[in-house]
Formats: sequence, C-alpha cells, structure tokens
Amino acid sequence: MTKITLDRRDLLAPLVPDHADYLIVSGLAGSSKDAAGLTKDGANLFTMAGCMGAAVSTGLGVALSAPDRKVLVVTGDGELQMNLGSLSIVANQAPKNLSIVCIDNGTHGETGGQEGHTVNRTNLAKIAEGCGIQSILTITTQAEVPAAAKFLKEAPGPRFLWARVMPGDPTPFKRNFNPTETRIRFRNAYLSA
Amino acid sequence: MLKDAGVDLFTYIPDAGNARLAELADEDNETRLVLLTTEEEGVAMAAGADLVGKRSILMMQSSGVGNCPNFLSFVSAGFPVLMMVSMRGDYGEQNPWQYPMGLAAEKILDAMGVLVFKVDRRDELEGAAQAAINAAFKGGKGAALVLTQKFLGAKGF
Repeated sequence: MTKITLDRRDLLAPLVPDHADYLIVSGLAGSSKDAAGLTKDGANLFTMAGCMGAAVSTGLGVALSAPDRKVLVVTGDGELQMNLGSLSIVANQAPKNLSIVCIDNGTHGETGGQEGHTVNRTNLAKIAEGCGIQSILTITTQAEVPAAAKFLKEAPGPRFLWARVMPGDPTPFKRNFNPTETRIRFRNAYLSA
Repeated sequence: MLKDAGVDLFTYIPDAGNARLAELADEDNETRLVLLTTEEEGVAMAAGADLVGKRSILMMQSSGVGNCPNFLSFVSAGFPVLMMVSMRGDYGEQNPWQYPMGLAAEKILDAMGVLVFKVDRRDELEGAAQAAINAAFKGGKGAALVLTQKFLGAKGF
C-alpha cells in the first residue's frame, strides 16, 4: 500500500503559487476551505458549500466559456466520485485551459472522517485515464509537490492531479458562504478585468 | 432566437425532442454542443458559464429532471438556468416506465424554483421560448421550456 505523507494544508500554496492568474472553482467542504485559504477567499474563486458533485462541471462551464483564462477546479474524492461522468465530458471537450486537482483524504472529512473508497480499491488516476483525460499525475508526498506545480504549468490540458493526502483538518479559513454574493463578486471581477 | 439571446453553449442528453436543436447547435460555428453524462452536469455548466458572463441552454427528456434537483440549488443563488425539457409520460404515453417522472417533472421544477413554460401546440412554441429566455436571462431565474407530448407526439411501442 502506498505510504501517504502529504498534509493538505501544505499543498495548494506551493502547488499554485500563481493562483491569482487562475479562475478557481472549488467543491464543498475541505476543498473550498483549502482554496479559500490559498486566495484569502479572493474574487477569482467561487467556492461551494452544497451541490456535492458539481465542482468539475461548474469549472468546465467556466473553462469552455473563458478559453483565454487558466481555470482550476479543486475537488475532493467524495465530491468527485459523486459525478465521475464529468471527467468524460472534460476529456472529450478537452479544454486546454482546465486543471483539476483532487485532494483525496480517503475519507468524508466534513462528516466525521468516515472511510471512503479510495483507501481501499479505487484508483482515481486510472478512472481519469479511462475517461480519456489528456494529462494525469498522482502525488502522495510533499517532495512531489514541485513536480506537480510544473505539471499544472506545462502538461497539455486538460490535466488531472490526484493529490493523495493524509486524513486531517483542512485549512482553517472562514469564507463567504452566500452564493448570491460570491456569484456577483466573481462575475464582476472577471467581467471588469 | 437562442442565438439572438446570446446563448452559445448547448448541453444535452440526447432525446428525440431535442435532436434537431442539438444538430443545429453542433453545425453552427458560433455555438458549442456538449454531450453530458447526466443532466445535472448541465445545470452546473450553466452556472460556470454564467460566472464569466456567458449563456447556455440545457436540453433533456423529462426523466432527466429527476437527476437535477440538488444542482438546481444554483437557481436560488441567482444563477440563470435555461432548460428545454421534452416530455415523456404524459399525453399518449405507452411505456409505463415513463409515467412516474412524467408526473413528477413539473413538480420537481416548481419545488426548485424553476419556472415552467409549456408548449402543447405549435403556435405556442415561439412565445413560450421567448418567455423562458426572458425569464432566465432578463429575470435571472430558472426557466424550463417544456415540450409536451401533445406537441411532440407520443412514441409507439
């Protein structure tokens, strides 16, 4: 079994140092906490606190509609597995500007750490490959993060990074939970740029 | 009409009732047709497009409405979501599997705050389509153009 030593709280900052250049969509719970911690809940980030399973499709909608911008989806293993078919759409639409980072803690962290599928037999990189995603990378240690950052910058899109992390708390960051406000914030920032 | 309204993203799960519109969207150089794996993804894609000021339409059969409710939470946050639903399980249906969602589709849309614009006859199509487009993109609502089997005709078994 793969030894996982990566701490999710140390992942996004070195992985996406140029986060201000991205439009970012993050799925509910830990993914959004980490993403909000990264950008200080910036206007280039749309976080969710519901609609479990929607992050990849929402990010794909952004990527296809803003082909001149780099788009990042931050999702979790539970969220991603609720809508695996979205990876097939990404693969076949093949937006070069889209990167998906799945922060996989192997558990349903928000609800008490109940064990998920990926600690057992499920391999999300193979799923992404089978769906037809162009570029795929798996990391499990902090030492691999610089290579993953290079992967997001240089590998042909769409990209899927399977970041397997230890179970444990996400970044403690309180973000705006009101989607009416964060929708307008994101739109205004994008449309006025 | 859709192009005039600025709709350039067409997402769908194939159905006889949306086949022609999907074909047109595929052939047109200014529009993109996206095949989904489940209808709810089209709701999320509509939200994503809206985040960067773009407009989309999600096309599905009535059975697919049953896959959408959770993601239709986007509607109450002010995301405009325009849908075209081709009905099964209503007027003249012969397949018993289609009746449950035929009966439930409109109630589900209503429960999630999506306005329904129904087409029973050819002469209602244009007005209902414009109304749905306006509700979505001028009103900022969820809006479904619902094509009934009175309009589409029922499939024989």
